[in-house]
Amino acid sequence: MKYLVLVLAGLRRHRSRSLLTLASILAAFLLFGFLDGVRTVFGAGTDTYGLDRLIVTSRLSLIQPLPLSQLARILALDGVAAAAHANWFGGVYQDRRNFFPNIAVSPASWLATHPEIGLGAAEREAFLTTRAGALVGEDLAARFGWRIGDRLPLEGTIFPHRNGSNTWTFEVVGIMRATDEERAAFAGELLFRYDYFDEGRTQGQGTVGWYVVQLTDPARSNEVAQAIDALFRNSDAETKTQSEQAFNLAFAKQFGDIGLIVSAIMAAVFFTVLLVTANTMAQGVRERVGDIAILKTLGFRDGTVCALVVAEALALLLAGGCAGLGLAALALPTLSRSLRGQLPPLAVGVDTWLLGLAIMLGLGLAVGLPPALGALRLKIVDALARR
Amino acid sequence: MRLLRQTLALSWMGLATLPRRLGSSLVIVVGIAGVVGVLVSLLAMRDGFEGTLRAAGRLDEAIVLRGGSNTELSSHLTREDATLIAQAPGILAGADGRPLVSAEVVVVVNLPKKSTGTDSNVQLRGVGPQALALRTQLRVSAGRVFTAGRRELLVGRGAADQFEGLALGRTIELAGEPWRVVGHFTSGDAHDSEVWADAASVQSAYRRDGYQSVRVKLTDAGAFTALRAALAGDPRLEVDVQRTRTYYATQSQRLKRLIEVLATTVAAIMAVGATFGALNTMYAAVAARRREIAILRALGFASLAIVAAVMIEALTLALAGGMLGAALAWWAFDEYTVSTLGANFSQVVFAFRVSPALVVDALRWALAIGFLGGLLPALHAVRAPLTVALRGR
Repeated sequence: MKYLVLVLAGLRRHRSRSLLTLASILAAFLLFGFLDGVRTVFGAGTDTYGLDRLIVTSRLSLIQPLPLSQLARILALDGVAAAAHANWFGGVYQDRRNFFPNIAVSPASWLATHPEIGLGAAEREAFLTTRAGALVGEDLAARFGWRIGDRLPLEGTIFPHRNGSNTWTFEVVGIMRATDEERAAFAGELLFRYDYFDEGRTQGQGTVGWYVVQLTDPARSNEVAQAIDALFRNSDAETKTQSEQAFNLAFAKQFGDIGLIVSAIMAAVFFTVLLVTANTMAQGVRERVGDIAILKTLGFRDGTVCALVVAEALALLLAGGCAGLGLAALALPTLSRSLRGQLPPLAVGVDTWLLGLAIMLGLGLAVGLPPALGALRLKIVDALARR
Repeated sequence: MRLLRQTLALSWMGLATLPRRLGSSLVIVVGIAGVVGVLVSLLAMRDGFEGTLRAAGRLDEAIVLRGGSNTELSSHLTREDATLIAQAPGILAGADGRPLVSAEVVVVVNLPKKSTGTDSNVQLRGVGPQALALRTQLRVSAGRVFTAGRRELLVGRGAADQFEGLALGRTIELAGEPWRVVGHFTSGDAHDSEVWADAASVQSAYRRDGYQSVRVKLTDAGAFTALRAALAGDPRLEVDVQRTRTYYATQSQRLKRLIEVLATTVAAIMAVGATFGALNTMYAAVAARRREIAILRALGFASLAIVAAVMIEALTLALAGGMLGAALAWWAFDEYTVSTLGANFSQVVFAFRVSPALVVDALRWALAIGFLGGLLPALHAVRAPLTVALRGR
């Protein structure tokens, strides 16, 4: 206890310096925490969700349509519990800056394969029976203030309506609520019925963008994926099947280089800030030779003095570092919640906390030990004379 | 005048003794170098991306898309549309007297990226016979142009660098058929990321009827209005026409904003850290010279001169740090080539661009940090009561 008082007294000696150092450590670790967010956004994250579903797209490219006739053959495969189909619509609400994903889906099977979509019984029923019905995610609904019963016009940027105009009108029949924060991308999306879409478009009837396949057993994911691709090999529409996780990862990797560069830059910066701060701290300790000599005169053991010096450095690093990481941990989920649908869920992972703590401890020792060892060897008379 | 002389003398003293305070001065230099380095590298990425797309657009060139679509990929035009558009007024005639028009098919193909081995969306553009005459910036750098009707590819330099299998003479499989790479081209803009072929070949391979866009060369930049009016007035057409300059500028907006937000956030956090570092250092520097400063004041040096001298020292260090950071960013990233997913759902290959304007901008941050970091300690130095400071306690 008395040592704690001494450590605090040491820190209070140059109050403004200690506070400034604390603040720069905080800034550095805040940045370190954000690094995790950037890694997740650009797809280097380690999400484990999405292993129990497969995504089937055309082997040629994501934009190549597949015939709907493939659905029945996929469903007949062993290991397939259910399958749904979807098509990217790319509609724009009022202004193209109001971007949000809007997708035409097979209503009943889509809800069956996506149990994470939270809907009331009445809403579900309405979606299954209303031809122009649309489900909007809770975040999307909040963003534009939409309520059940609202009629929404979307401009079809890819698909003009067969009635000659570009405007498609939908009726909001349900608000999709997130039941699992890990799988909440739909909270920023609008889903509507594939039959309404297929009937209204001018071309490409009977084709879909991709299939979602629900597996009976996630462990058989590879086997079923290969079976699906084998089914359509050498046909007019060859497929490429991967787990939803692999699909998302591959898609995020397309932004790849940018994420890598940003991470590299941020990491470089983190270490610069840290080194700069450590240098300042080491200097501070060197200036305190006199204090240390007095402690030794008073009869403090070498080991205790040594520990006190290191403890001071550690206290600053741990306080600033944990505060910085804590701030990042608070800020990241808020950020991803406000941008849900555009960003995957962000958080400061356990790995990052552990690595951060290790850096704090290592750096504390690196900063504190050399002057502390110097203090060990210090002759009291010399030190007091130097004052 | 006397004030100026005093300031100069004091600054000289401060700067001349800098080498003896190297360790602590480096804190300012390195901290600020970090801020400037980050800012310059991230903004160089933004400028490279934006510049690559902007260079693809011109004022005297227009692109026609289906009414309501934002990008070529979401557009669709029939053969009749293309014929009608080619007859519109305001289009420059080529050497053979025919209007300079290219109706183009755009599809996305999967090609593995060299650096990661994962599939990337690469744009395959089937172009009309006049496409090369239309794009004057484009040069065939190796091999030759594809032959109409053959499965042959002319590959942009950026695409050839970034994706597998696009070396001259190689054959790759697209839509289940073999295609041979017969040439490479450079154009210094977004087209460098694309793979080109004859429009009819792409249409037949991908069973496409019609086109994604029609590109026309205008007689001059002013002819755009006439063209737009003519296309809007034709009841048989339902199309949007834009200058290519406008079209490509819109495409870079989203990523540009994302990078800007990221760069400013990261740089701001860093700047806070660097400011505290600078404050710390300057406080220590001033504290070490407290007695010396008190003596100077007793000798009749003006407080203002002392403040100015401390500030000059801080700003010099900041500027040195800024230049170091900018130089590092330039050395590491200028002309560094990367690719990312662009607005047209396909990869855009671009190079970082570290421009003087960018560096000047970032140096302003450096000076601002130096100013803040110097001002408070400088004021602190001259505020202590003379008698107390002289006694050195």
